[in-house]
Amino acid sequence: MKRLAAGACGVAVVGALVWAAVDALAAQAEGVVVNAAEKAASTPAADPRRSGFDAMTAELRAMQQDDASNPGMLWVKDGEALWNRVDGAAGKSCASCHGVATTAMRGVAARYPAFDTVAARPFTLAQRIDACRVRHQQAEPLRAESDARLALEAFVAFQSRGQPIAPPGDPRLEPFRAEGERLYRQRIGQIDLACVQCHDEHAGQRLAGSTIPQAHPTGYPIYRLEWQSAGSLQRRLRGCMSGVRAEPYPYDSQELVALEIYLAKRAEGLKVETPAVRP
Amino acid sequence: MARALITMPATAQKGEVVEIRTLIAHPMETGYRRGDEGSVLPRNLIRRFTCVYDGETVFSAELHPAIAANPLIAFSTVATVSGMLTFTWDGDNGFAQTERVAITVT
Repeated sequence: MKRLAAGACGVAVVGALVWAAVDALAAQAEGVVVNAAEKAASTPAADPRRSGFDAMTAELRAMQQDDASNPGMLWVKDGEALWNRVDGAAGKSCASCHGVATTAMRGVAARYPAFDTVAARPFTLAQRIDACRVRHQQAEPLRAESDARLALEAFVAFQSRGQPIAPPGDPRLEPFRAEGERLYRQRIGQIDLACVQCHDEHAGQRLAGSTIPQAHPTGYPIYRLEWQSAGSLQRRLRGCMSGVRAEPYPYDSQELVALEIYLAKRAEGLKVETPAVRP
Repeated sequence: MARALITMPATAQKGEVVEIRTLIAHPMETGYRRGDEGSVLPRNLIRRFTCVYDGETVFSAELHPAIAANPLIAFSTVATVSGMLTFTWDGDNGFAQTERVAITVT
């Protein structure tokens, strides 16, 4: 469907100029697929998926790309300090077991969420960090959305920057991925909207002043200007849920983890951008 | 924890203009907002930033409520002698952070 729209796109754009009243589909084709059509000219199998990065202003893109101006780097640097700091009764730091993060953690974040054999359920990267703290450092788990947890997660994810998202093919993840997809398609809240309605069916169009992104979790934890802070993918998901006036699932709940697993699969192959900046 | 990032060249030629960028973690709470419970969040701002190089203040700025959290301050100066640049942020509630970065001038 998208591919067909891309092919007919030149016509769709001219049509949009001539016919003031274009139907919603053409408007969508204009928003999302123009870029895809440009790419399609050079590479026949162009990927219609786009990171939210592409929809940002040039100023914001520059802010993300320059580590000297990307505020997310404050969390990455904090995470680096925490990585090397001894914590917990075992007297160990992350580095005591894992060594140098630039090599040991390269590509790790791109593979999360992954199945944890000990807990017999899938873990997000943040939950994996917490499990490491409890099991090996004998330290307290970090509070969800605390600066320390975001910092460690950002520092580990930063080691995968530029690598393609590569969700594991672990069959034990399949039921959770299916559950994530079901939640993604389920209408929720008083406004009665499902994720899929905005982020697949109307991606590239506008919700108030903002471009609706395709919802690929490429750069988490992100520095979001609206938050004036770094935040996790779960914070973003919960924000969308309260936006449609549904009760958000709690942090680290099975539902949010399942959604993360599905979104990672959906974004497979897109490049990790952590720490991304978003408006 | 070090919550400031300073980006500048480690070496420069005498007379060269060097660009310095500083980023610091700070909430920059305006004092006008209300929290979840309806009470006014107390003001917590960085009030002043200064950069001292070779005993001389080469750049300073006053910060106000409209400035975003985690402020980025970028400026330039002329490299004169090898030495330390001292960056100081002062603010409400006794906030004070000082960072020192060396530059080698050839």
